[in-house]
Amino acid sequence: MSDSSFEPKIVAFVCNWCTYTGADLAGTSRMKYQSNVRMIRLPCTGRIDPMFIIKAFESGADGVLVSGCHPGDCHYTAGNYHARRRWILFRQLLKFVGIDESRVFFSWVSASEGKKWVDVINEVTDTVRSKGPFTNYQKLNKEFTING
Amino acid sequence: MMRIGVFVCHCGENIGKTVDCPTVAKEAIKLPNVVYSIDYKYMCSDPGQNMIKQAIAEHKLNAVVVASCSPHMHEKTFRKACAQAGLNPYMCEIANVREHCSWVHDNVEEATKKAVDLIRMTVERIKFNFPLSEIKVPITKKALVIGGGISGIQAALDIAGAGFKVILVEKEPSIGGHMSQLSETFPTLDCSQCILTPRMVEAYQHPNIKLYTYSEVDNVDGFIGNFKVTIRKKARSVKENLCTGCGLCVQKCPIKKAPSEFDEGLANRPAIYVPFPQAVPNIPVIDRTVCTFFKTGKCQMCKKVCGRDAIDFEQKDELITEDVGAIIVATGYKLYKIDKKSKDAAVKGYGEYGYGKYKDVIDGLQFERIASASGPTAGEILRPSDKKQPKKVVFIQCVGSRDPSKGFEYCSKICCMYTAKHAMLYKHKVHDGEAYVFYMDIRAGGKGYDEFVRRAIEEDHVKYIRGRVSRVYEKKGKYIVKGEDTISGVPVEIEADMVVLATAIVAQPEAAKLAQTLGIPYDKYGFYAEVHPKLRPVESSSGGIFLAGACQSPRDIPESVAMASAAASKALVLFGNEMLEREPIVAKVNENTCVGCFYCKKVCAYNAIELKEIKDKKGNLVKVVASVNTGLCQGCGTCNATCPSKSIELIGFNDEQIFYQIKAL
Repeated sequence: MSDSSFEPKIVAFVCNWCTYTGADLAGTSRMKYQSNVRMIRLPCTGRIDPMFIIKAFESGADGVLVSGCHPGDCHYTAGNYHARRRWILFRQLLKFVGIDESRVFFSWVSASEGKKWVDVINEVTDTVRSKGPFTNYQKLNKEFTING
Repeated sequence: MMRIGVFVCHCGENIGKTVDCPTVAKEAIKLPNVVYSIDYKYMCSDPGQNMIKQAIAEHKLNAVVVASCSPHMHEKTFRKACAQAGLNPYMCEIANVREHCSWVHDNVEEATKKAVDLIRMTVERIKFNFPLSEIKVPITKKALVIGGGISGIQAALDIAGAGFKVILVEKEPSIGGHMSQLSETFPTLDCSQCILTPRMVEAYQHPNIKLYTYSEVDNVDGFIGNFKVTIRKKARSVKENLCTGCGLCVQKCPIKKAPSEFDEGLANRPAIYVPFPQAVPNIPVIDRTVCTFFKTGKCQMCKKVCGRDAIDFEQKDELITEDVGAIIVATGYKLYKIDKKSKDAAVKGYGEYGYGKYKDVIDGLQFERIASASGPTAGEILRPSDKKQPKKVVFIQCVGSRDPSKGFEYCSKICCMYTAKHAMLYKHKVHDGEAYVFYMDIRAGGKGYDEFVRRAIEEDHVKYIRGRVSRVYEKKGKYIVKGEDTISGVPVEIEADMVVLATAIVAQPEAAKLAQTLGIPYDKYGFYAEVHPKLRPVESSSGGIFLAGACQSPRDIPESVAMASAAASKALVLFGNEMLEREPIVAKVNENTCVGCFYCKKVCAYNAIELKEIKDKKGNLVKVVASVNTGLCQGCGTCNATCPSKSIELIGFNDEQIFYQIKAL
C-alpha cells in the first residue's frame, strides 16, 4: 500500500486544558514536528463522541488521534475516564464499521509535555504513512451527513 | 446569511516567516460565506483591532475568524474588539496558526497549506455559532490558603488586611513552614525566626483569619467564586479550647526519644510535643505512633498532669466544610532525602556521599538547625557524631539538582546562596575553621546576591572549588572528600570533619494528590503549573486557584513573599466584583427529545443535571426530563457525548460545530 508520495491526513481530537496547551507549549518552545496533523479543540476528551472519529475517517482522514489529560489529572475531574471507557467499547466496534483499529491512537499529553506531543505526532504520522491511505470509506462518502 | 470576515495575522515574523499570509488571505476569501479577508502585521495591535472593527461595520460581518496565535493567548482580545464593534463576542473564533503551525513547521508550502486548512475548518465551525451572553454567578468573598509557611502567611495577611475572611490550613501542628527552621537568611543575614515569628502571631491573632493547624484539605468541589472545601482537622489529642500552652505535659511525658521533625532528626522530642518554642498555636499534639498510651493503653501521664483536663485520647479527625471563593496554594517544598531504600525516591541516590551512613554528612536544613540559636546545639557549630567543633567543613552543591543522569534536570535555585550563607555562618562562628565549597556554577542572580557570594569568598575566605565530588568516605575519624578542581584540572582530596550536602528542592510528596483534588495541572516533578510563565505566573489554569511560593518551582523567600502578595491580589481582584461573569459554555437540554434516561446525570462530575417535570395544561405530569443547573455546569461536554438521543448539547462545542469542522478537513 505504501506510496512514497503519500502524505497522510491526521486528525487530532484534543482537550483544551492538557493536550491543546501542551501543543501550545511545543510551539512556544519552537519544537518541530510533521505538518500532517489538524487539531480539533474540545473542552475535554469526555466530549469526544465516537461519531467524531468515524466522521473524521469519512472526511478523508487516514489516522485519528485522541489525546487528553493524564488519568487523575482531568480538569473536569473525570472526563478522561469516561473517554477511556468509551474508547474501550468503541474499539471493538471499529472493525465492524470497517476501520483498521491501528489507525486510531489514544494518548495522554499534559500541559507541560510539549516534547511528548511532538513525539506522539511524529510517531502517529510515521505509522499512518507506512500504512498508506485509508480507502474503505471513499466509495461510501458520497454525501456527508451529520446524522449519526 | 452568514457574512464571515477572515483576518490573518503575521505576528511580525512569527507567523509571516513560515506561513505565506497574503496567500492565505487570498485563499480564505474563496471560502463559502467569507465576504472579506485581509492580512496584517500585528492583528492584536490597536490598528489591527481597528481593522477588524471597521470591517465588521463596512462589510456587515456577523462572524469573525482570526488566524493568529493560540486562543489561550488572544481569544479574549479579539472577542472584546468584536464586542466593541457591536458583534457578539462568541461570534469570533481563532484559528491557531502560530503555536500549532508556523512555530512548529519549517516548510513554507506545508505551513501555508495547513494554515488555510485550519481557517477553513474554523469557518465551517463558526457557521453554527450563535450569539451568547455571559453567565453571572455570585462570589463567596472568602479565601482558602493551603500551607502556613511564609508564602501562605503572607497571602493570608494580605487578603485579611483588605477586609476579607481567610481560612489558613496547615498540615503541621504549627504554622511557620521551612522558614521557621532557618538560622539566618541571605543576603542580609537577618535572623529568620526574628522576622518570621511576628508575622505568625499576626496571622494567628488577625480577626479575619481562621487558622486550622494539623489539618489538611480533603476535598474541593465547585468552581471559581464558589468552592466548597472539606478540611480534615486531624486528631490532636489535645482540646485546643482548653489548653493554655503551659507545657507541663511536654515536660512530664516519659517518651523522650522521638526524632524531632523540626530539628531534622538531630534532636529528640517527647510523644506529646510542640514543634518549637515559638510555635503558633502553642498547643501540643500527641504523636500517636510513639505515645505509650496509644501503644499499650497505659501511661496517661500528660492527662494526669494537665490542670485543665485538655488531653483527649478519644479525639477523632473532624471534617469541616467551608465555602470559599478563591484558593491560594502555598504548600512549599521538601528537600530531597538521599534514601536508597525509599520507594518514593525519584532519583537513584548519591550513596557515594555517605548520607545516612555517616552522621556528619548532613543536608542543608540540618545545617540550618545546627547554626540556629534555637537548634539542638544552641547555635554552636558542633558536628552530630561527637559534638566536637569541626575545623574543616566541605559544602557540596547541586546534589540532585542539574543532574539528569542521577537527579533532576532543574536548578534548585536557592542552594548557591544558602551554601554561601552556610559557609559564612560557619566562618563567623569558627574563626580558625576552613570552609570549602564544591560548585558547578555560582548562580547568584538577585539583589545583593552576587555581592553576598563575593563577601563569602573575599572577606570570609571560603574556598570555592569548581568541580564535582566523586565520593566521600571515612578514614580515621575524618571524611575524605575526593573531587576535582576543573579550573586547574587537578584532583582534590580534602580531609573534612563535616560535609554538608545542598540537596535538591523537590515537590511535596503529596503534591500530585492535592493537585488532583484541586484539579490543577502539575509538571513531571510535582511542581504546580502556572497558566503562563511570564504573564500569569501565579494563576493555575483552574479559575480562582492561585499559586504562591515553592510549590510552583524552587523559590527563595523574597520571591515566595512576592508571589504570595501577587496571588493575594489576584484573589482580591476577584473579590472586587459582586458577580462573576462566566463563559456561557454549558450544556443545554432539548426537552422535546429528552426521554429522561439520565445517563447525563450519571456521568456529570458536578451534579449539574437536575430533574424537571413537564406538565400539560391541566397539570398532569407528562414526563420527567433532564435540566442543567448552569451555575454548576462547567462545560466539559461529557453528557453531550453520552446522551443516546442527542438531546443534550454543549453550547459552543455542539455536534454541528464539530461535525462541520471535521467535514472541512
